[in-house]
Amino acid sequence: MIENIKSFLGSFFVTGDPMIYGADASIALASIGIVFYLTYFKKWKWLWDEWLTTVDHKKIGIMYIIAAILMLFRGGVDALLMRAQLIIPNNTFLTSQHYNEIFTTHGTIMIFFMAMPFIFGLMNIAVPLQIGARDVAFPFLNAVSFWLFFLAAMLFNISFVIGGSPDAGWTSYAPLAGLKLDPGVGENYYLIALQISGIGTLATGVNFLVTIFKMRAPGMTLFKMPMFTWSTLVTSIIVIFAFPVLTIALALMSIDRLFGAHFFTIEAGGSPMMWANLFWIWGHPEVYIVLIPVLGIFSEVISTFAHKTLFGYKAMVWSMIAISVLSFTTWLHHFFTMGNTAMVNSFFSISTMIIAIPTGVKIFNWLFTLNKGRIEFTTAMLWALAFIPNFTIGGITGVMLSLAPADYQYHNSYFLIAHFHNVLIAGTVFGVFAGLHYWWPKMFGHILNERLGKWAFWVFMISYNICFLPMYFIGLMGMTRRMYTFPSGLGWEPLNLIITLGAFGMGVGFLIMVWMIVYSAKYGKRDTTGDPWNGRTLEWATSSPAPEYNFAHIPQVETVDAFAHMKEKGTADSIYKAPFQAIHMPNDSGIPFILSVFFFIAGFGLVFEWYWMAIPGAIGIVVCMILRSFKDHDDHHHIPAEEVEQTERAAGRLS
Amino acid sequence: MSANNHELNKFPWKHVIGLALSLILTLLALWVVVSLSLPTVATLTIIVLLAICQAFIQLLMFMHINENHGRGYRILAIAFGFYIAAVVVYGSLWIMWFTV
Ligand code: HEM
Ligand SMILES: [Cu+2]
Repeated sequence: MIENIKSFLGSFFVTGDPMIYGADASIALASIGIVFYLTYFKKWKWLWDEWLTTVDHKKIGIMYIIAAILMLFRGGVDALLMRAQLIIPNNTFLTSQHYNEIFTTHGTIMIFFMAMPFIFGLMNIAVPLQIGARDVAFPFLNAVSFWLFFLAAMLFNISFVIGGSPDAGWTSYAPLAGLKLDPGVGENYYLIALQISGIGTLATGVNFLVTIFKMRAPGMTLFKMPMFTWSTLVTSIIVIFAFPVLTIALALMSIDRLFGAHFFTIEAGGSPMMWANLFWIWGHPEVYIVLIPVLGIFSEVISTFAHKTLFGYKAMVWSMIAISVLSFTTWLHHFFTMGNTAMVNSFFSISTMIIAIPTGVKIFNWLFTLNKGRIEFTTAMLWALAFIPNFTIGGITGVMLSLAPADYQYHNSYFLIAHFHNVLIAGTVFGVFAGLHYWWPKMFGHILNERLGKWAFWVFMISYNICFLPMYFIGLMGMTRRMYTFPSGLGWEPLNLIITLGAFGMGVGFLIMVWMIVYSAKYGKRDTTGDPWNGRTLEWATSSPAPEYNFAHIPQVETVDAFAHMKEKGTADSIYKAPFQAIHMPNDSGIPFILSVFFFIAGFGLVFEWYWMAIPGAIGIVVCMILRSFKDHDDHHHIPAEEVEQTERAAGRLS
Repeated sequence: MSANNHELNKFPWKHVIGLALSLILTLLALWVVVSLSLPTVATLTIIVLLAICQAFIQLLMFMHINENHGRGYRILAIAFGFYIAAVVVYGSLWIMWFTV
């Protein structure tokens, strides 16, 4: 009996590595610390009422962003561990197995649990405000999306101390990820966690599509929408059409692994290649899901700080629409080398090059917006300006990779690693940082410290180039990706050393940024006007932080850059003029959180194939859905006119 | 708003029936594949037919395909859906043809 328990615990908890024990201890300490803090300061009720049950898009956005920053930290630590291992030849800091696990969790976390939630967080904050709405179309569903993402992220992260991490890469290719070559629970974590967060993502796509179609302020036609809202609309459409493919692929592989089917194993006629095919049918649109929204952010930031209307509004919109259609026709460029026919490779080569055209159009539009603008170099603007050249390098190397014959040289080398970090970091990460600085006042009512922000920018941006530019060259010298060590004598030492130094420099940049956030919370300049940047779009028309109901009166829109126009005409105060009316708002609900906890329980059960746990979890899920489905009529309340007036007065809007 | 509220307070028969039918069709497909050992072509034909029924049920019961307002959007959405489906199916077949 004792022996049994011992051997169970030995395989349940990851053992044997001092770093893991350190992590165990710090996780335990942090959890105890949080519980103690909440109990001692009697914050449990506050946590439940204000955050766990909220359906307010602004609070959900803030939670998304906090979670994304935590995940950026986790993924960043993974990256530093990898680079520490590769600082010198024949290093023994990490074993090959450990290295495999780390690049897998790094890639998966950065894409699914950092980039996407960060972007969804900013969408949640900004889009309803930009279109003059009181919330998203389905506030309850929005909370469900967030909690599914959050608990899926937790499920994925505990793999590291319980049961073992996935180790077949973020692409989880069959047959390597199949049961035969990869027994154990690691890949199950990958499959189930991504499945759960994918449901949330799909719901977010639907939610924002409907929000943007149905909830725009009167007068705001589609072609008067702010560019970030446009980018969110296009992204939502891509999400809706791309994510089902991932859902199916994950489900099929889960069935393979858990119930012994053979969709992706050669036995019984399955096809491992089909996994790569399905994965990238989703995967290429996915890179646009994390890119297009930040293109919207850059458009907002550049036009605000160049103090000009965006150049070529229509061209911007149509290029995004073109990207969304074309993004579904290029997926094969991720596996040119899998032995497809020449016709197939040529077709996908060309379609990939074509998609560079609308992207190039956008770059020129930003340059023309800057031309003759009165440019103000705020931190947000610095991130946006740095994006243009750095991203273009990634774009050009992308076109190089799209040439199928040449790709046989570049494929799966560090050249590829450099390319996709060049687009993911200079695109997505710079973009969300720009958005964070830009919308921070709207979220919290104060401005992030500019001096620290600029320090973080320069340290991060320069280190980023020190880290990733040499990767192109070391890739051409023959170093492949996912290599856990390298021999001496190949001439790779200097570049690997430089790359690692750059990576740690980015870590320093991140720390400065965290310090900036803490510092600004205490000493940051308060934003009393609601319009710290002399903004052009409606989110700046309301106070900072935005009140629960967003706008006391729904604004009337006449042109693009609606708020800039209102300020010119002198009608900016029309949204907070007395008399006020009662405002209809959605009720908070605990169901999204509880539902997601059941998803977590069911998911954990499936990972370990403990059906005594998975089945009750699944029943819990269904019960929550039934409870919600038959209780539709009491889900809203009214904020009385007097309370609106008080809130506006407290924000200093009524004299 | 009030007309809508009225509709909301009624028991949502349409959705419940739609859900039940979707579940039945899905289980039926599973049963055909797992429990019957029909020839491959027959199995495929049956599950494709079931999938088509499933698609119609989803469109009718949940996606309000037969409502009148917003027709333009709906046609656009369905056309885009067909485009994606065609790209995925024909694309995969074309790619896989020489490699399976
Ligand atoms: C903080 C700076 C970062 C550094 C220093 C870094 C470094 C690395 C390294 C060294 C690898 C593995 C190379 C290998 O051995 O194959 C890697 C892989 C990867 N990274 Fe990053 N990375 C960073 C940020 C990001 C971000 C922001 C994203 C996405 C938004 C990202 C996505 C990925 C992906 C998808 C992989 C592939 C994982 C796999 O091979 O399965 N990385 N990164
Ligand atoms: Cu791609």
